[in-house]
Amino acid sequence: MSKAVSDTPGQRPGPAAAGGAGLGRELTCALIGLAILAAIPLLSPSRLVMDFVIRLAAFGVFATSLNILIGYGGMVSFGHSMFFGAGAYVFGLLMQKAGTSIPVAILGAVVFCAAMALVVGAICVRLKEIYFAFLTLAFQMLTYSVILSWMSMTGGDQGLMGGIPRPVFLGIDLARVEVLYWFACAMGIGCLLLMRMILQSPFGYTLRMVRDNADRARFLGIDVWRVKLQAFILAGAFASIGGVIMALFVSGAYPEFSYWTMSGEAVFMIMMGGLHVFIGPLVGAGLLLMFNDVVTRTTELHGIALGIIVLIFALGFKRGITDFVVQRWRQLRKA
Amino acid sequence: MNPNELIECVTSLSCIVTQTSTGLIIGALLFLVATGLTLIFGVLGVVNFAHGSLYMLGAYTAMSAYHTTGSFLLAALFAGLAVGLFSLVFERFFMRRVYDADVLMQLLVCYAFILILDDVVKLIWGAEFRSMGMPEAFQAPPLFIGGGIIPVFYMYLIAASAVIAFGLWFLLTRTRVGKIVRAAAHNPTMTSALGLNTRMIYAGVFACGGVLAGLAGALAAPVRSMSPGMGFSILIESFIVTVIGGMGSVSGALVGALLIGLVRSFGSIGFPLFVEGMMFIAMALILILKPSGLLGGPEQRT
Repeated sequence: MSKAVSDTPGQRPGPAAAGGAGLGRELTCALIGLAILAAIPLLSPSRLVMDFVIRLAAFGVFATSLNILIGYGGMVSFGHSMFFGAGAYVFGLLMQKAGTSIPVAILGAVVFCAAMALVVGAICVRLKEIYFAFLTLAFQMLTYSVILSWMSMTGGDQGLMGGIPRPVFLGIDLARVEVLYWFACAMGIGCLLLMRMILQSPFGYTLRMVRDNADRARFLGIDVWRVKLQAFILAGAFASIGGVIMALFVSGAYPEFSYWTMSGEAVFMIMMGGLHVFIGPLVGAGLLLMFNDVVTRTTELHGIALGIIVLIFALGFKRGITDFVVQRWRQLRKA
Repeated sequence: MNPNELIECVTSLSCIVTQTSTGLIIGALLFLVATGLTLIFGVLGVVNFAHGSLYMLGAYTAMSAYHTTGSFLLAALFAGLAVGLFSLVFERFFMRRVYDADVLMQLLVCYAFILILDDVVKLIWGAEFRSMGMPEAFQAPPLFIGGGIIPVFYMYLIAASAVIAFGLWFLLTRTRVGKIVRAAAHNPTMTSALGLNTRMIYAGVFACGGVLAGLAGALAAPVRSMSPGMGFSILIESFIVTVIGGMGSVSGALVGALLIGLVRSFGSIGFPLFVEGMMFIAMALILILKPSGLLGGPEQRT
């Protein structure tokens, strides 16, 4: 068994710290988050801010789902965008070709990605860290090439064209931007809350134990392979919801959703935000989205700019922003 | 899917010859890239995700060098050296810092370099597809063997790769340097305790992998079109090759590369849309049935 992912200090909230207030604290946080998001359109009705929040919901869910694997499971996946892309495509295709209602299409996308994660995970999760990273990457490139070459179904490199219909369901009309904003916020916060609850459950702590010491977990009678596979399926299913929000936002799906750079960005979002704090990936997603917006506006050389930032974080700071904040906070409290 | 055409092909000598030669050059190029990847992994224990970018760098520098010097041999040597030097810098100032860090950091450093190098190539050579064209020295009429057509350059490419493969095998198994490298791969602590500088060995192996990737790029330049994303597709394929052959095993890389090359060339006739899928299925089967690869040692699985 490979050594568990080395932890930076400042980890381990521990069941006592996290479970003290129980579910109440998480719910309060979620409600405060929703209230802030609700206030945003009232304060500034600009389209730009709303678009940003919708994209943040998509990428926040996507990055946090990947952190189930990287931060909590110690499994560094470099192919997570296969589920992001597959979720977007399955959702779009169900809406376009099968004409289902939106909730059914979302469910379809989640079920499809969970099944896909079951197959890919069954092959991958047994492997050593580095193998796991590369193999997930390889499967993601397979997904990408299937999307590219299955022209009749996916539209190839043009992406899913013609727009995704958004029929009204339960009185919700997603064709209106404000409604889509609300919907994305609710989905995003709902998913984050759900993931938080799963990670604070006994399953979440089993996963942490498997990460820290798989041998010990095995001695205690835990089926390590099964726990890892379950985490992989959960991560895949949540990533698909990120893809669905993105597909709703751009009213389409593009092969780039499943390209390796998307996985790379998600990995970096986690690292930049901090992988030892639950909302770290969300913070990272927000920062990277802002960074991308600024960079694409000012320079053509997006790759060089992003690459340098990645190097600064990976070789310079060596930890994410929330890790840094948490560490400082603890030092202050001690002093 | 046209299995009929595949059957037709394998029953005619000319088609077999043509497709085998194509398969061999794909395999030869893959071998050169994959063997660097597998060497670095075997000795240093890290996977160089940016290895495909080194191949890309080799192809582009070879093109420029050829256009200035007019000699393909010089261009190939220059590309090998330049990429080798670059990987030395990459190892010394970047990768070395994350050897002891977890996979996440190694991944991010390589990710950064793939992004940067793709952009650098775009900046210097442009984003559109480029091709070097066949050097004049190789513009001879193709060989006809059994009715099949083999371009002259293919023969040179295969011969050059065979020479490199043999040289590498000789270096690793028959010389003192090879012994030291194998010792470092086996037990770095013991090796350095015996007074050998493992840092130097690591740097040397990394540079050697870079030279091989650069040479592969140079050899590919006349027969492949170049674009800034070209490194990534060969990275994935060489990874499949190393998994099939066994991570860390040079002979395994050779077997895997030839296998993938032949699957690609014959597969493109029988099931063009499914070639990629075939490679992945082959890899998945290997991982399930024999995770250490065809020629790899034991203990690859956790």
